[in-house]
Amino acid sequence: MNSFPFLTVLGLTPLVGVLVIMALPRGRDLMVKQVALATSLVVLVLTIVIGLQFDPSGARFQMAEAHDWIPAFGVQYAVGVDGIALVLIALIAVLVPVVLLASWNDADPAGVATTATSLKVGSASGDTDATGRAGPGGVTMLDRTDTSTGGPPDPRRGSVKMFFSLMLILQTMMIGVFVSTDIFLFYVFFEAMLIPMYFLIGQFGGPRRSYAAMKFLLFSLFGGLIMLAAVIGLYVASAGQLESGTFNVLALTQLDLSTSTQIWLFLGFFIAFAIKAPLFPFHTWLPDAGAESPIGGAVLLVGVLDKVGTFGFIRYCLPLFPDASRILAPYVITLSVIGIIYGALLAMGQRDLKRLVAYTSVAHFGFIGLGVFAFTTQAQTGAVLYMVNHGLSTGALFLVVGFLIHRGKTRDADAYSGIAKAAPLLAGVFLLAGLSSLALPGLSTFISEFLVLVGSFQRYPVATVVATVGIVLAALYILLMYQRTMQGPLSAAHERMPDLRGREVLAVAPLLALMIFLGFYPKPLTDVINPAVACTQVDLGFADPAPSDRAVVTAAVPVCNVQTDLDAGAR
Amino acid sequence: MPTEIPSIEIDYAAILPMLLVLGAGVVGVIVEAFAPAASRRAAQIVVALVGLVGGLVAVVLLAGGTDRVVLDGAVAIDGPTLFLQGTLCLLGLGSVLLLSENSLDSSGGDIVSNAAALPGTRDDVRLAESQGVQTEVYPLAMFALGGMLLFPAANNLLLMFIALEVLSLPLYLMAGLARRRRLLSQEAAVKYFLLGAFASAFFLYGVALLYGYAGTVELGGIRDATQVADRNDLLLYLGLGMLVVGLMFKVGAVPFQAWTPDVYQGSPTAVTALMASATKVAAFGALLRVLYVAVPEIRWDWRPVMWGVAILTMVVGALLAVTQTDVKRMLAYSSVAHTGFLLVGVVTLTPEGLGGTLFYPATYGFTTIAAFGIVSLVRDSAGEATHLSKWAGLGRKSPLVAGTFALLLFALAGIPLTSGFIAKFAVFQPALDDALPLVIVGVVSSAVTAYFYARVVVVMFFSEPAPDGPTVAVSGGFSAAAIALGAAVTVALGVAPQPLLNLAQQAALFTR
Repeated sequence: MNSFPFLTVLGLTPLVGVLVIMALPRGRDLMVKQVALATSLVVLVLTIVIGLQFDPSGARFQMAEAHDWIPAFGVQYAVGVDGIALVLIALIAVLVPVVLLASWNDADPAGVATTATSLKVGSASGDTDATGRAGPGGVTMLDRTDTSTGGPPDPRRGSVKMFFSLMLILQTMMIGVFVSTDIFLFYVFFEAMLIPMYFLIGQFGGPRRSYAAMKFLLFSLFGGLIMLAAVIGLYVASAGQLESGTFNVLALTQLDLSTSTQIWLFLGFFIAFAIKAPLFPFHTWLPDAGAESPIGGAVLLVGVLDKVGTFGFIRYCLPLFPDASRILAPYVITLSVIGIIYGALLAMGQRDLKRLVAYTSVAHFGFIGLGVFAFTTQAQTGAVLYMVNHGLSTGALFLVVGFLIHRGKTRDADAYSGIAKAAPLLAGVFLLAGLSSLALPGLSTFISEFLVLVGSFQRYPVATVVATVGIVLAALYILLMYQRTMQGPLSAAHERMPDLRGREVLAVAPLLALMIFLGFYPKPLTDVINPAVACTQVDLGFADPAPSDRAVVTAAVPVCNVQTDLDAGAR
Repeated sequence: MPTEIPSIEIDYAAILPMLLVLGAGVVGVIVEAFAPAASRRAAQIVVALVGLVGGLVAVVLLAGGTDRVVLDGAVAIDGPTLFLQGTLCLLGLGSVLLLSENSLDSSGGDIVSNAAALPGTRDDVRLAESQGVQTEVYPLAMFALGGMLLFPAANNLLLMFIALEVLSLPLYLMAGLARRRRLLSQEAAVKYFLLGAFASAFFLYGVALLYGYAGTVELGGIRDATQVADRNDLLLYLGLGMLVVGLMFKVGAVPFQAWTPDVYQGSPTAVTALMASATKVAAFGALLRVLYVAVPEIRWDWRPVMWGVAILTMVVGALLAVTQTDVKRMLAYSSVAHTGFLLVGVVTLTPEGLGGTLFYPATYGFTTIAAFGIVSLVRDSAGEATHLSKWAGLGRKSPLVAGTFALLLFALAGIPLTSGFIAKFAVFQPALDDALPLVIVGVVSSAVTAYFYARVVVVMFFSEPAPDGPTVAVSGGFSAAAIALGAAVTVALGVAPQPLLNLAQQAALFTR
C-alpha cells in the first residue's frame, strides 16, 4: 500500500485552518468564516480520497500508521481505519461544513446597542444575586436560577473567531477519536474532545448554558475516568501476558482474560460509552446539553460525539471482552429497549423543541445499542448504518429546528402554529427531516432500523417486539410536533416569518439528498461496513444464528487476520 | 582525656548543588548588608538566579556519575536525589521570578518592607503606601531552597531533621511578608510556625525513638535493624509513625492538612507558589527515601496506614475544594488532593511507581507555579482579587490570561494533552496491580476535582464581567516569564512526556 499518511494529514487539516484563523487580523469575521468553511471542504475532499483508497476486501485496518509516542507506557501514535471508522469519518466530513454553513451568523455580535446595554445590566445584577445567595458553600454553577428565558441571544458572547476555531478543533478531535487504534490515544482524544465542546456550549449556548456545559463536562469526564481505570487495568493484564504492556487494540484483542476480569473491565468501558452514547439511565445530560448548545454544536454533539459511545461498544467492548459481552448483552439490550420507549415517551411530552429532538436521540441510541448487542451481522451492520443515518437525519432535524427558533425567538413549541403557511419550504424540510427520524421507508433511516430489528429478532424476539413499539411512538412524537408547530391557524406573530434563505437551503440540502440517496442505495456504506462487522463477529466468536439471512451481506468477508496494512506490507 | 574527632572526607563535587544554592543565600545576606539600597534588588535577583542556575548545571553534571553516599554516609547522591534537586532548582527559578515581579502592585512588589509592623496601627497604614521594598526575602528563599535540596538527599535522620528546619524556618518568615492584607498574612505565618513546630517536634521524637530502636540514625542501619527480630518493635512503630507525621505535615496530607488553606491564602502569592511546588517536591523526596531505604522490609505493617492516609487525603482534599470560593484556598485544597494522588504512587513500592512518583510532583510544581503566577496578576484596588466571584468574565476582558489559567486548571484536572494527565497516569498505572481500591478512589476524586476546576472556567468564561471587577495587571516580565515557563512545561510534558519519564524512570533507584 502507499505510505502517504492520509489520516494524520486529515486530522491536522482543521488545525491548520485554526492557525490561519488565529493569524487573521481582528474584525475580519467574514474571512474567518470563509477560511473555516474552506478548511472543512478540504477535509471533505480528503475524506473522499481516503474512501476511494479504502479496499473493503483488504486488511482490517487500512491507511495505518504507527509511531512510538510514549514508550515508557507502551503508547503508540497508531491510527488506521476500518469500515466502521471510515463511514463515521465520512459523516464528520459531511456534517462539519453543513454545520459551519448553518451557523454562519450564530456567533455574530448581535443586537442593537440599546438592547445590549439593558441586557448587560440585567444579567450582571442577576449574577451578583446568585453569588450573594450562594454564600461560602456556594455552588452557583449548578443552580437552575438563570433569570432570562429565551429572548434574543446574549450579545456579550465569544467571538466569531473563537466559534469557528472551536468547531475546527472539535473536528480534529472527532477524527482522532475514530482513527485511533491505540487505546491510550483514543482516550486522549475522547477526553480532549470535551474541552472544545464545553466551550462551545458554555460560550455560545442558550440561557442555561453554564449549567448545561458543566453537566456535560462532568458526566463525560466521570465516565472517562472510569474508563481510564479500565484502560490501565487492560494494560496491566497485557503486561502480564505479553512481553511488555501495550495499548494496541489488535494486540489486546488476542489477550486471554478471565471472565471476571473481563466483566470488570467491560463495565469500566461500558459506563463511559453508555454516558457518551447515551443509553438509559445515563442520558440525563443530553437533553440539557442538546437544548442549550448552539445549534451547530448540538448537531455535532448528537450527530458525532455521541456516536463515540456506540462506536466504542463495537470497537472496544465487544472485541476486547467477548465473554463479558456475551454475558452482559441481555442487560444492555434491556437498557436499550427501555431507552427506546422512555426516550420516545419523554420526547412526546416536551414543549421545548430542542429538548424534544434530544430525547428522540435517546430513543435512537436505544436502537443502536440493541443492534450492537444483538450479535448478528445484520443487526450490527444495521447499527453502524443507523449511526450514520441518525447523524444525517437528526442533524437535519436540529438544523431546521434551529432555523425555526432563530425566526421565532423561542424554543417553546406551543408558541408556533401554522408555520407551514408562512414558510412552506421550512415546513417541508422539517417534515422530511422528521419523517427520516421516524424511519419512513424510502429514507435511509428505514434501512438501518429495519436491519437492526430483523437482525435482533433472531436472537432477542421479545426485546425486539417491544422495541418496535418505539417506531409507533416515533411516528407520534414527530407528527405531533409537526402538527403543533406547522399546521393549524397561523398566529399573527408569525405571519411575516421569512422562509428558508439560500444559505440555509444550501446547508440542509446535502443532508436531505444523502438521506434519500442512501434510502434507495445504501450499498456504498454497507460494502465497507460489512467486512468490519464480520471481523467483530469473529472476535466475539459468534456465528450468526441459522438460518442466516445474508441478503445484505454481499461483500467478501476479509481476512480478519491481516490486521493492518502495515502487517500486510511487513510480512 | 580529649577524644579525637576524626575528620571526614568531603566530596565537594557531590554536594555542589547544595553548596551553590546555600552559598547564594550567604552572598545574599552580604549583599543585603553592603550593597547600596538602589542596586540591592537587582543584585539580589542576580545572585539568586545565578545560584539556582549554577545548582542546576551542577546537578546536570553530576547526573551521569555513579550513585554514592558522601559525607560519612549522611548524604546520598543517587538518582532520586539528583532528579529532585534538578526539579527543585527549576521550580526555585520560577518562584524567584515570581518574587521579583515588582510592577503589579502600585507600591512596588508584593513583599512588605517591615513585616513586624502590627496590623491596623499607624505604622502599618504608612507601610501600605510606602514605596519601600525589602530584599531579604531572596536570601531567605535561597536558604529554604538549600534546605529543600538537602532534604531528599539526607541519608541520616538527624541531617534530615536539620534540612527540615533549614527549609522551614525561612518559609515561616516569608509567609508573613505579604504587603496587602497584613493580618491574614501574619496569621498565616504564626499558624504555619506553630503547627510546623509541632510537626518538627513529632519528627524529632520519632528520630529519637528510632535511634532507641536501631541504635543508629542512618537509614540503612534502621533497615538492617528491621531485618533482625530481636528488638522492641513498639519503638520502631511509634518512631516511624511520628517521623511520618512530621513528613505528612510538610506534604499536607490529611489529617495534617489544616494549615494549608490558611497559609496558602495568607502568604504572598509568590511564596505560596514556592511552598506549593518546591516544598512538596522536597518533602515527597524525603518521605520516599525514608519509606524506600529505611523501612521497606516492614512494608506490610505501614502500607495499610498509608493507604488510609492516601484515601483520606484524596477524598477530603477534593471535597473541601468544592466548597471554596477563594481561588488561593481552592488551589490549596487542590494541592491536598494532589498530595493524595501522589501518595498512591508512594505506597506502590515498585520502580515504576517510584518513577511516577518522581515525575508527578515535577509536573505539578510547574503547573502550580504558573497558576499562582496568574493569581498574582488579577488585581483590584485592594491588591489581589482572589474571591472567585471577582474573576467573573475574565475570559472576555483578558482572554490570554484566562485562557492560560484554564489550560493550567485543565492540567490540574488531568485532561489529556496536558502534563497533569500523564502524571496521573504514571502514578495510577503502577498502582493498579496491587492497590486497585486506591486507584478507584483516585479516579473518583479526580472527577470531583474536575468539578471545581471547571467551575473556575465557567466563572471566567461563561459569566458576565462584574462592572467593578478586577483588572489584569501587566507583568513587568518576571512573572510573565514564570507563567510562560510553567505553562510551556505543562503543555510540553502533556504532548511529549517521554524524555522526562525516561529520566524519572532511570533515576528511580535509591542507593543505600
